[in-house]
Amino acid sequence: MEGFSKNVEACPRLLDLIPKERELLGDREDERSSSEEKKLELRLGLPGEDWPLKNTRERDMNLNLTLLGQVAPPFLTFPSSTTPPTATAPQQSLPVMAKESSQPCCNKAVVELQQCAEKKAFSPPAPANTAVPNSSQKRTAPGPVVGWPPIRSFRKNLASSSGSYSKPTVESLNKPVETCKKGLFVKINMEGVPIGRKVDLKAYDSYEKLSSAVDELFRGLLAAQIDSSSNGIMNKQEEGKAITGVLDGSGEYTLVYEDNEGDRMLVGDVPWHMFVSTVKRLRVLKSSEVSALSRGSIKQEKVPGNYVNKLR
Amino acid sequence: MSEDDDRSPSPNSITDDSSQTRTYTTGSGPGPGPGSSSVLEYLAPCPDQVLENVLENVLWFLTSRKDRNAASLVCRSWYRVEALTRSDLFIGNCYAVSPKRATSRFTRIRSVTLKGRPRFADFNLMPPNWGAHLAPWVSAMALTYPWLEKVHLKRMSVTDDDLALLAESFSGFKELVLVCCDGFGTSGLAIVASRCRQLKVLDLIESEVSDDDVDWISYFPDTGTCLESLIFDCVECPIDFDALERLVANSPSLKKLRLNRHVSMGQLHRLMVQAPRLTHLGTGSFSPSEDVAQEHLKPIISNCHKLQIFWVLDSICDEGLQAVAATCKELRELRVFPFEAREDIEGPVSEVGLQAVSEGCRKLQSILYFCQRMTNAAVVAMSKNCPDLVVFRLCIMGRHRPDHVTGEPMDEGFGAIVMNCKKLTRLAVSGLLTDRAFAYIGKYGKIVRTLSVAFAGDSDMGLKYVLEGCPRLQKLEIRDSPFGDAALLSGLHHYYNMRFLWMSACNLSNQGCQQIAQALPRLVVEVIKHEDNLDMDENVDTLYMYRSLEGPRDDVPRFVSIL
Repeated sequence: MEGFSKNVEACPRLLDLIPKERELLGDREDERSSSEEKKLELRLGLPGEDWPLKNTRERDMNLNLTLLGQVAPPFLTFPSSTTPPTATAPQQSLPVMAKESSQPCCNKAVVELQQCAEKKAFSPPAPANTAVPNSSQKRTAPGPVVGWPPIRSFRKNLASSSGSYSKPTVESLNKPVETCKKGLFVKINMEGVPIGRKVDLKAYDSYEKLSSAVDELFRGLLAAQIDSSSNGIMNKQEEGKAITGVLDGSGEYTLVYEDNEGDRMLVGDVPWHMFVSTVKRLRVLKSSEVSALSRGSIKQEKVPGNYVNKLR
Repeated sequence: MSEDDDRSPSPNSITDDSSQTRTYTTGSGPGPGPGSSSVLEYLAPCPDQVLENVLENVLWFLTSRKDRNAASLVCRSWYRVEALTRSDLFIGNCYAVSPKRATSRFTRIRSVTLKGRPRFADFNLMPPNWGAHLAPWVSAMALTYPWLEKVHLKRMSVTDDDLALLAESFSGFKELVLVCCDGFGTSGLAIVASRCRQLKVLDLIESEVSDDDVDWISYFPDTGTCLESLIFDCVECPIDFDALERLVANSPSLKKLRLNRHVSMGQLHRLMVQAPRLTHLGTGSFSPSEDVAQEHLKPIISNCHKLQIFWVLDSICDEGLQAVAATCKELRELRVFPFEAREDIEGPVSEVGLQAVSEGCRKLQSILYFCQRMTNAAVVAMSKNCPDLVVFRLCIMGRHRPDHVTGEPMDEGFGAIVMNCKKLTRLAVSGLLTDRAFAYIGKYGKIVRTLSVAFAGDSDMGLKYVLEGCPRLQKLEIRDSPFGDAALLSGLHHYYNMRFLWMSACNLSNQGCQQIAQALPRLVVEVIKHEDNLDMDENVDTLYMYRSLEGPRDDVPRFVSIL
């Protein structure tokens, strides 16, 4: 591919970048240093972006608009292989996928131009869907494709590079608060119950609603817990008694929270919206334990050891 | 968990495949529910009864589900008795049959295997919360299978509440295996650990486990456990090592232990001292700081003459694979994973490694090989050198890459595989492929059950070749390939014989999918949309369709429409 390289280094016009057919399948080039690759890397998608494939496709279309023509290697017989991409690219969504893949060198050529100091003939495919008939080119603009290569998330995070497509796990490590598109989810644990839950604080607008949600979430679980520790058989009929008075200290349990500074606070003292903006985690503790707390810096406690015994 | 490990091909059997539901769809069995015969009568042994008693005693010994499915089709009596004597329930698609139907027919089940999401969901090709909830199953089983001992799940959504119900409902519960599952956390594990006193196996494989700040290891009983296998390398949360050490010391039957990356080498050593009976030891996820360098690996490998299963990162390089080929003559299964899963790098393994392995490891049955470059010659060589291949999965990570020496498409290589490997049942293709490759698959891949296609093919013909040519095809997953409605329609004769078909980012339209749905009423045709593109437009992002006795499921999220 020597001849072609020279062309590129002279920053040729677009048409010059598109080689004759055989050149596409010519000798493989030697590999270049990866540091150079990284310099020239053109990423068209956000790293880690996964589901919105559609957006990636739109970017492809923009990329294709600057091309003037294309060449299909003889063995590829795509239906639209002779039409210029500009005519077809912007219109369709899904069919464009196939058509774009019929343009083996176009996107690469455009990327070439942008990089302007290419040694290899072709850059890697533009995001998502181009056909790349050559295998040896320096891959400079891989653009993330959803789910490709097909490696599960946990295996992908081995290399320290940024090419990690692991899906943002809903239950991230040690992160008590996730803001999904629509909710503010906060972990909530109840003393004596090993199953933690999550509440969407955006679903409530007052402490009263939160308090009744706590009752709903944990009543059954707590009943099961008490039941099982006494006679080992889960009595499904028993509803368990309601969990009330969590806000004012009058009930058996009290609701506390951990704020963004790590302090443990009683729930209900500050206006609701202020609470929502600072809360990181909720806990439902025995009121007897809570009376020992005061506002301010309290060391975070793990689940106390005594309830481990309850389950045995 | 993989069905490729179950090698009991019966080309002459009535049913093509092993799924439970096959027996239903032929329609030759009686209606659901052997209600009246759930209790055998010993009081008046008329000849029929005697026959049934004899049959029951004989059928207990039948373990292969293919054989059982066949037996159940003989007549009503056999159907009934088979249902009474089946103890292992395998459901390859949790939506193919409802929990109620399954638990009504089979009343004496001890072990349940359930599979949920399609495999491409693992690679983010499906939005979360698609379905495959364990909840309805565990509720139904809690009522009907009090003696349930084993639950094996793959790609199911399991909540902590499900685990709690499981732990509480089955007093003799022994084995829990969760592969590629999600939705639960360490809370659920704690409950299982503390309540399932007979637990022998707790295997968490490639599952997502949330950190609920519960030290679940410490919930195992202090007095001793029956644990034989504990696998939790996918659990990302730190654990209390002392609790783990105590657990190992208290588990005299422990043979398999796979830890997560929060256990250091020193700690691992302490554990090994406590458990000399270990036969399988996993040191957890790979940590880049503890790189096993080439130089260290080679001498180790050159001593592993008996190695049969080897999973390794591609940092082993072609050289390392050559060492494997030179030594591991008994190798049956090889998986080479990419250290860096990108398309734009050189890649440390190539056709050289594959060729070497093919020459050295003649008994190879299963291979999964990720690489950046490949040649037809090496693939052809493997097809000739390894005639026992059952699973051939080659992933050339650069999309549409041809043979990097000749520039040709990879058609000939994969063609040789289907032609020469007469036992091949699972195939995954990659690289630049034209319709020709699919013609080969259709022509020679007569026992292929699972086919995985990505970024391949030229036209509808490709898919047609496969659908018309592969009578044993059960699982077909395709992404980003130019197959359209015409191709889809060419498979109408076959879809009831398949467990599922997945096609994403192909050329399908709603109309085409609608035609399929109308022609095949027992097929559930799901059109899955991107979450930010919920308008109905003609193009189908993802089609996932599967046969089912139950019709459209009732837990459909809003981004799925069932035609």
